[in-house]
Amino acid sequence: MKYRTVAELVQLACQKNKTIGEVVLEQEIQATARRSEEIWSNMEKSLQIMEQAVEKGIQEAVYSRSGLTGGDAKKLKDYANTGQSLSQGVILDAVNFALATSEVNASMGLIVATPTAGSSGVLPGCILAAGKQRNSTREQMIHALFNAGGVGFVIANNATISGAAGGCQAEVGAASAMAASAVVELAGGTPQQCSEAGAIALKNLLGLVCDPVAGLVEVPCVKRNSMGAAVAIVAADMALAGITSVIPFDEVIEAMYKIGAMLPSCLRETSQAGLATTPTGIKLTEKIHPQV
Amino acid sequence: MPYTSIFDIIGPIMVGPSSSHTAGAARIGKTAREIFGRCPQRAKITFYGSFAQTYRGHGTDLAIVGGILDLNADDEKIIRSFEIAKEQGVAIEFITVPEESAYHPNTAKVSLVDDQGSFELVGISIGGGKITIKEIEGFKISLSGENPTLLVFHHDRYGAIAQVAQKLALNRINVGHMEVARKSKGDLALMVIETDQEIPGETLADVKKIDHVYNVALLNP
Repeated sequence: MKYRTVAELVQLACQKNKTIGEVVLEQEIQATARRSEEIWSNMEKSLQIMEQAVEKGIQEAVYSRSGLTGGDAKKLKDYANTGQSLSQGVILDAVNFALATSEVNASMGLIVATPTAGSSGVLPGCILAAGKQRNSTREQMIHALFNAGGVGFVIANNATISGAAGGCQAEVGAASAMAASAVVELAGGTPQQCSEAGAIALKNLLGLVCDPVAGLVEVPCVKRNSMGAAVAIVAADMALAGITSVIPFDEVIEAMYKIGAMLPSCLRETSQAGLATTPTGIKLTEKIHPQV
Repeated sequence: MPYTSIFDIIGPIMVGPSSSHTAGAARIGKTAREIFGRCPQRAKITFYGSFAQTYRGHGTDLAIVGGILDLNADDEKIIRSFEIAKEQGVAIEFITVPEESAYHPNTAKVSLVDDQGSFELVGISIGGGKITIKEIEGFKISLSGENPTLLVFHHDRYGAIAQVAQKLALNRINVGHMEVARKSKGDLALMVIETDQEIPGETLADVKKIDHVYNVALLNP
């Protein structure tokens, strides 16, 4: 790939007068020597799986095997349908779709890891919600997925997308930054605005630890996905309004990596601290794994 | 750069709940199965670090066994892999080591055994479903498992590498990445050769005939 940083991605897009999504697709074709139709249809398939997971989570009230999570996406949808909600519109839709996807994931259902399964709700939640409001074409949504992929590619290579290595900021934080950037492209923003949105989203999730109750990708992961989606939509709107991040996106990514390395192992997916070891967390753990 | 494609980030398409602990584990198991080349009678799995702490909750155990049974990470049968192991007569044993390995917080060792032989590898799950194999039969290597890979176990003698490279060249197979590892000078050695083209069975047989080569294995993802 010709880019190693988000700044280089923005520069390439500006030079070629293209969107970040278009540049990322072009680079993928060059770097992998695969046919563009094949790459495009792979991404189209990912979009389909995302739509199916959202549909399933909202319509069916899916529950995990442990019973810790499930049914909330349908609950939120029914509430949204009353028209009385406070965050009606793209934010509530994004939160709802993210919740649905993460519930399907927790039930060992089929999802697309974006960038990971634990954070798989954020990006589809944002793209499908924003796409619905903007009446985006499938082509635009697929380009937005490439945009998100490019941002995630930089984060993964320059920092980490593993909760065990960097905490939740590396998973939901990365996903939220990717989604913010993608949604700006979907809404017609500039490549630089995509970068600002990503920086704003990630900054607001820095330091987020990975402390799953009973080691399950459920509590607090499912709701953290929905909140990551809300952060992404707000960050995108701020960037579209012309607000910039004082700290450039690539520096925020580096800070995220360093913070992750400083986190003790007990807050990196080992369930030995945080919410996992609260009195309720311990009680649930003992109930789910009586032998531990 | 461990991530080389956009589909490492938007993907994989997989059964939940964790890309590192479910999809990555399935891939480590499947890589072991493919190099072993057949269904084992016994599989011993050792989990280290985060894998050891949280494997039950993430279905890491179901997934790695699924991989050993030749299931892909997006196969919804993974949830039933213990039952399938029983049906196929594969005995499974788990060992947990709470400390992190020297490689990564998410590390698993897989040992496969049947009447004809045994095989062992150590793999790490680096996030997003990506894995790296760090040890094969005690040799320290680095293998992504994403490209066709030829594994050549040989005695550490001059000319062995050249002869293998020549066989590949004659079959118009290009080497993308290659590593060699040995226990000590003149001792047992391993060549790990990632190629751009699939390696046909005849080439494999040719390589096996080379002097000082005592075993070969193939990984065709």
